Amino acid sequence: MSGTSSARVSLAPTSSSGASLTRASSLTGTAALLRFNLRRDRIRIGVWTLSIGVMYLYCVVALGGMFGTAEAQQQRAALMSTPASVLLAGPGYGLDHYTLGPIMANELLLWFIVAVGIMSILQVVRLTRAEEESGRSELIRAGAVGRHAPSVAAALTVVVANVIIAVVSCAALVGGGLAAGESLAYVAAVALGSLVFGAVALVTAQVTEHGRGASGMAIAALMVAVAVRGAGDVEGLSRTPSQHGSPLSWFSPIGWMQQTRLYVDLRVWPLALPVALIAVLVGVSALLAGRRDFGAGLIAVKPGRADAGQCLRSPLAVTWRQQRSMTLWWAFGFALMFAASGTYIDSIGSMMRDMIAQNPAVGNIFNAHDITGSFVGVLLLLGAVTAAAYGMSALGRARAEESAGRAEYLLATPISRARWLAAQMAVPVTGAAALMVLAGVTTWAGAVSSGVTDPGLGDYLLASLTWLPAVAVVLGCVAALYGWAPRLMPVGWAFVAWGVFAGIFGQAMNLPGWALGMSPFHWVPNTMMTGAHHYWPVAWLTVIAVALFVAAFVGFRRRNIPVA
Amino acid sequence: MMTTARFATQSHPIEIRGLVKRFGSTTALNGLDLTVGHGEVAGFLGPNGAGKSTTIRVLLGLLRPDGGQARLFGGDPWRDAVTLHRRLAYVPGDVSLWPNLTGGEAIDLLARLRGGVDLARKRDLLDRFDLDPSKKARTYSKGNRQKVALVAAFASDVDLFILDEPTSGLDPLMEAVFTDYLRDLKAQGASVLLSSHILSEVEKVCDTVTIIRKGVAVEHGTLDEVHAAHPGVATLEEIFLGQYAGEPE
Repeated sequence: MSGTSSARVSLAPTSSSGASLTRASSLTGTAALLRFNLRRDRIRIGVWTLSIGVMYLYCVVALGGMFGTAEAQQQRAALMSTPASVLLAGPGYGLDHYTLGPIMANELLLWFIVAVGIMSILQVVRLTRAEEESGRSELIRAGAVGRHAPSVAAALTVVVANVIIAVVSCAALVGGGLAAGESLAYVAAVALGSLVFGAVALVTAQVTEHGRGASGMAIAALMVAVAVRGAGDVEGLSRTPSQHGSPLSWFSPIGWMQQTRLYVDLRVWPLALPVALIAVLVGVSALLAGRRDFGAGLIAVKPGRADAGQCLRSPLAVTWRQQRSMTLWWAFGFALMFAASGTYIDSIGSMMRDMIAQNPAVGNIFNAHDITGSFVGVLLLLGAVTAAAYGMSALGRARAEESAGRAEYLLATPISRARWLAAQMAVPVTGAAALMVLAGVTTWAGAVSSGVTDPGLGDYLLASLTWLPAVAVVLGCVAALYGWAPRLMPVGWAFVAWGVFAGIFGQAMNLPGWALGMSPFHWVPNTMMTGAHHYWPVAWLTVIAVALFVAAFVGFRRRNIPVA
Repeated sequence: MMTTARFATQSHPIEIRGLVKRFGSTTALNGLDLTVGHGEVAGFLGPNGAGKSTTIRVLLGLLRPDGGQARLFGGDPWRDAVTLHRRLAYVPGDVSLWPNLTGGEAIDLLARLRGGVDLARKRDLLDRFDLDPSKKARTYSKGNRQKVALVAAFASDVDLFILDEPTSGLDPLMEAVFTDYLRDLKAQGASVLLSSHILSEVEKVCDTVTIIRKGVAVEHGTLDEVHAAHPGVATLEEIFLGQYAGEPE
């Protein structure tokens, strides 16, 4: 409430209060808004904290137990010096004495930054642009609230959430027997890395008029940061002698955090880099905010056509019009990412040939073809999970259409519920399938461009197509939830998060079979590897996906619209 | 032109008997009766939260009733939704359009889904409502979104119009255009359910009026009948307010 009272004071028409009027009025109400945000999102922040905290605890316990012996540590370290692992983990500090601390730093820091970073992005956009888009913040801004107060309050809310998560995570690390000082640096690295992307979201929220667009752009930035550090670290690995990262890794904020050499030979100065970047981003966002009108983006809206084109005559046409630009951006990102990854297949192949030449024992475990295969398998797993994420966010539009009243409006015309729902699902499902095919084709194109012609296009296509039923199961789940209980749709994200976790860490952490099997991605055979493959799980996944989509239609035909 | 003859039928366009709809522990409709006859313009009045929009959503087959009966042209609004919707046009109370479509595109889309656009009528309506159809929907004000919905509804060739507070957000000039157009529709034999807060508008164009409170119809009849039932009360507004006087909320 101090904000409100200072506003009253500064209304006094004395010349000396002129400066304080500007200062007070641009931030007035921040404290009240911060309290309001924290109250409004207490459950949301609580769920994130609990999930991340449990994840830390589980990692510490599972990894500590599994790699307790020197032999197990050595084996794990050997695996971590392969390109596919480097792509998914880190630059590989501490591999010569690979205990719990270095494992946490090398393999999990990236993923904790990604998870908490996504929270920061969603939270920032939810409290800024989404509020503005819905018109709710018009109510707020009409009160005694300064121009920057909602943004600052949103930023502070996210800082508070990050601090809470850091405290809980630190307790989990220390509880697992790791040194307190280094653990503090670890959670600080996660929090700072995550806040960089929260700050990116603060900027994207100024650029576009739509909350969904703002979070999409910020998540894309996060993905680019993950990819850049992956490419940089693989690049470092491919040098002779191999290095921990390369100059390219330093172009990614996540790379900075991984270069702190946590639990190995800690250096703290890279932690200053995100602080500086956050300050710059916050400044940019304030500058942009000062230059635009309330509710507007920086990209001006042009007038369009006065009559609809011939094609705009079905629910499917409207859905496509709404999702077109998002889908094409995803496709662009996919093509770029996978073509770039494909170009690494050449260096990975030669790297493994060198390793096998030096140490024939390695050749007994892997053959060079399988190294490429496992690398492509990991790429396609990431592609499948990302395609599923695209599909889920596109399916989320159905719910938005319903709550905005546009579903009701179309259903009041002679459009059946089934036809409307089919249109809402067709774009996400076809889009996700197209992204998977694109992943296979562009990886192949990248490989060919660097001179690797074996495996051929057919192999890549087969490999990417076998992932489709698993993606369809995830989307079918979300669709069925929409049909029966739209409120539960976010559960789908937990499904995808589990798919990532089980897919990447499942075997390392010795997860029980039923837990691995909970992820539909677990059942997909890697057809790029030599040996016989079981296709029956793929058939089962297809059956399950179809059943889930049917369930979605059954539920949607029965329920109230909008759902009570 | 309106072709009511196409659907010559004995059943009333709208017939509701003892309609009940609950949401969890709240009862939105508690035995509502409402009838709209052929060629009738029926006013549907009630305070916020009385159940007007819920009634309309039941009629559109969006909500499933918990009791009683709702009939559109003698059909079941839930089961026969698609067939029945060919005969009606709906204007929602809070019009939300597709942000990246222009107003003109939204009008064409909605009219096409209902069976086709009458281009001449569309031009005439755009002109009368003074609407620029080339703007993206996200840049429209509430009043302009409302106009888009009205043009889309009136440009369709249907027998029944279900209008949920259609003039909210319109300026008085446009309100007059709307009232005029409603009279034209009536002359052409269309039936209209007009949910409204603007009592003078209802008095100007409606044949019958139903006042609903807490999910029950408390007044029903022609304007004359309603006036006759309240001797000494001059306007509909006073009758309306009288229904709520001393109402403990």
